[in-house]
Amino acid sequence: MTTKHAEVEQRAPYVGRAVDRLDGPAKVTGAARYAAEHPYPNLAHAALVHATVARGRITAVDTAAALAVRGVIEVLTHENAPAMKPAPALSMLNPSTMASGTSVNYLATDEVHWNGQPVAVVVAETPEAARYAASLVRLTYQESPAEVDFAAAEPNAVPQKNNPLQSAGADKGDANAALAAAPVRVDLRFTTPPHSHNAIEPHATTAVWDGDDLTVHEGTQNIAWVRQHLAQRFDVPARRVRVLSPYVGGAFGGKTMIWAGTLLAVLAARATGRPVRLVLTREGVFHTVGGRTPSTQRVALGADADGRLTALIHTSVARTGRVGGGPEQITSASRHLYAAPNIHLRQNLVQLDLVANTVMRAPGESIGTFALESAMDELAWELGLDPIELRMRNEPANNPVDGKRFAHRMLREAYALGAERFGWKERDPRPGAMRDGRWLVGMGVATAYHPAWQLPAKVGVRLTADGTVVVRSSLHEMGMGAATAQAQIAADTLGVPMEAVRVEYGDSDLPPGPGAGGSGQTASAAAALLAASHKLKRSVFALARHAPDSPLRGRRLDRLEARDGGLYEGSAGETYAAILTRAGRDHLEAEAGPGMLGFAAKMLRDRRNWVKAASGAQFCEVRVDQDTGEVRVSRWVGVFDVGTVINTKTVAAQLRGGIVMGLGLALSEETLVDRRTGRVVNASLAENHVPVHADVPRIDVDWLGDPDPTMPLGLLGVGEVSITGVGAAVANAVRHATGRRILDLPITLDKLL
Amino acid sequence: MTEIRMRVNGVVHSLDVEPWVSLLDALRERLGLTGPKKGCDQGACGACTVLADGVRINACLALAVQYADKEITTIEGLAQGGELHPVQQAFIRHDGFQCGYCTSGQICSAVAMLAEHAAGMPSVVSGSAARAELTDAEIRERMSGNLCRCGAYNGILDAIREVATP
Repeated sequence: MTTKHAEVEQRAPYVGRAVDRLDGPAKVTGAARYAAEHPYPNLAHAALVHATVARGRITAVDTAAALAVRGVIEVLTHENAPAMKPAPALSMLNPSTMASGTSVNYLATDEVHWNGQPVAVVVAETPEAARYAASLVRLTYQESPAEVDFAAAEPNAVPQKNNPLQSAGADKGDANAALAAAPVRVDLRFTTPPHSHNAIEPHATTAVWDGDDLTVHEGTQNIAWVRQHLAQRFDVPARRVRVLSPYVGGAFGGKTMIWAGTLLAVLAARATGRPVRLVLTREGVFHTVGGRTPSTQRVALGADADGRLTALIHTSVARTGRVGGGPEQITSASRHLYAAPNIHLRQNLVQLDLVANTVMRAPGESIGTFALESAMDELAWELGLDPIELRMRNEPANNPVDGKRFAHRMLREAYALGAERFGWKERDPRPGAMRDGRWLVGMGVATAYHPAWQLPAKVGVRLTADGTVVVRSSLHEMGMGAATAQAQIAADTLGVPMEAVRVEYGDSDLPPGPGAGGSGQTASAAAALLAASHKLKRSVFALARHAPDSPLRGRRLDRLEARDGGLYEGSAGETYAAILTRAGRDHLEAEAGPGMLGFAAKMLRDRRNWVKAASGAQFCEVRVDQDTGEVRVSRWVGVFDVGTVINTKTVAAQLRGGIVMGLGLALSEETLVDRRTGRVVNASLAENHVPVHADVPRIDVDWLGDPDPTMPLGLLGVGEVSITGVGAAVANAVRHATGRRILDLPITLDKLL
Repeated sequence: MTEIRMRVNGVVHSLDVEPWVSLLDALRERLGLTGPKKGCDQGACGACTVLADGVRINACLALAVQYADKEITTIEGLAQGGELHPVQQAFIRHDGFQCGYCTSGQICSAVAMLAEHAAGMPSVVSGSAARAELTDAEIRERMSGNLCRCGAYNGILDAIREVATP
């Protein structure tokens, strides 16, 4: 009885189960070492000096006081620092050319491009000495006029250019005429502020040169980019650069590009001949690492009296830095969500003298869905229609802007399940009608949407004669449970217990993994892992099929099942360990993954044929204090279509995490830029208000669990979809509670007074 | 330089530190105990939380010389005899972390918070009137000095609740 039970359990796939994280014990005991925690003999510490003007030139440098501090080894400025090569020009054939956070060649120029740009580096024997001495470096500037005020510059925005991965707009029919003729319409202007990633681990680099060999400990979302970029900037072959990044203390997009701290740690190590550690101060993160662009957005919707959309207009203005940054797909959800016959989408940009913007969790969609989904809710009010019903009446059969097929579309199912779990039918649709003592209660919904991406990746799989499996790829573990998910997949596809699988990751010496971005890491690595595992099984079988005493002799691989640590047909078969031992091999290894050109061609072909995305339905309940306007989120339900779910435990956590970050976007987060000086004025975790324990209610998440037929293992990506729609769901609940439509994030209580 | 003797996780260390060295930097840079994390160095995030005579403090806001006579416990000192502390075990079981960077602070904070509650310390949720039941709202309030940007708050709450309710 127990035997049979055990057998069933052993054969049940690991994919789809709740599995504890493999790195759990290291993280709860403090044993996990992050980028700033690797000891080296003779280690020196570096600190940055930040420019205090927004634009201009350095006219004088006085480092005497800093150099006089006991323990100071060197003060590097543009007057004495060794030169780095400039950042490379962008090339579609080499994605690592996108890696540079800004185009500034730090310490090789007297030019200042934003307030906070690093202009000197102090290297000292202790972190305290470096930091103190950095405060003593005196720079004199000749200031130039700078443009730093987004609200003032925004009317001068210019249309964004299209690129192969991102459309800057779309037109179908005549949206303006249709809007003018629509019997029911809303036309709203939204604003969203700059946001900062605020990973709890500040960016840190430990850099060690040994001749022309460079070792870098760095928390990054793209190990390959760091390696290639550093090799290019410091003019050494990429194979001589080793990047180690096994633990990343939060990133959310902020550790995708290479920013000043990384470059300057490596530069300081080269200049001083010492291993150097550079940990950004919390303020330094705000000054040297970009964040999410602010935006203004217009969403205008026209509908007939039944709530069928006749016109959808969504335009946006975002900002980049004059020395870097890029557009984000703010109107993307409006391409895909509603069956309007007339659509006009347009994204515009302004350049300001501020640190370059960068990607942050669901770039574009997180703030774009706030505007679109708020406007849909307002249209529902205008029509006197239930907001879910309005969405269902406009659910398209094909992609609205171009008629492409959806690879997967289950929003109806997501809303149906979410409404049931949330108790949507208990909602009294009248604004302000639901109360709990002094609290006005409101319920709102919004749609979540995020495109599914697959990135190039290589994965190696090694099988050893003792039956253990090692999965090798330079994956990034920022807390998504990346290694655990790949171990589950490997265990299933090779038919071994998870305990027999080890995953090596976070090291540039491994086969290059995908970047951790676009919610695509797990799917991208899974594709390569499955291919490598298949090759490995072929190699193992090749050893067995001619062996006279193998039970697999004369059989066919396609009839064999990988299970119980080996290959079997019915009860006949043997373990991998037995096969390798007989053949006298201590291990076998296989690697798989597409080449860059083939991958790019397939991706472009794929994107011509399909629209692929994760999506979901967000349900929010708020309580608004009738006197103070304070908003508390009291309940949340999110139901998502993310395709296959590998690890129910880590997927639930990641979906909740996106919603929590969305609560910050909705209610409290705002990085404030001084309109006169361009300085970030709330550059701390005390004044940049991310959600805390007390802000976060029980978050009920669920998923539909239906694999996407066009993606590896059916995966649509989990990391970003759940932040999308959150801002609108909160705003819509506030609208229901108070009758007030807030168009300007965050929804702080002053806006409700 | 001041020579101090610090007792950390049951081991006495002799240290020469300048008077301005924070307890956090002393632990991380001088003693190699990198479990306590530096998230903000301003007392705003809680990642550096350690226990001083069992009381939770932000080690980044404490000077090492002030703590020479205290018993310091860091995350590295919570497991006993190779067995994880119940709060550590519960964090794994309930997935109370993602990236792991705030985790040392969350766990140390939770251990001390449970002791504070057991000792009858009030909070703004319950007021000072009666000894509060450890509701979810109590736990959230008492843990709000520890930020988690990955948003693992539900898992952290479940982990603490499990340990608090035997």
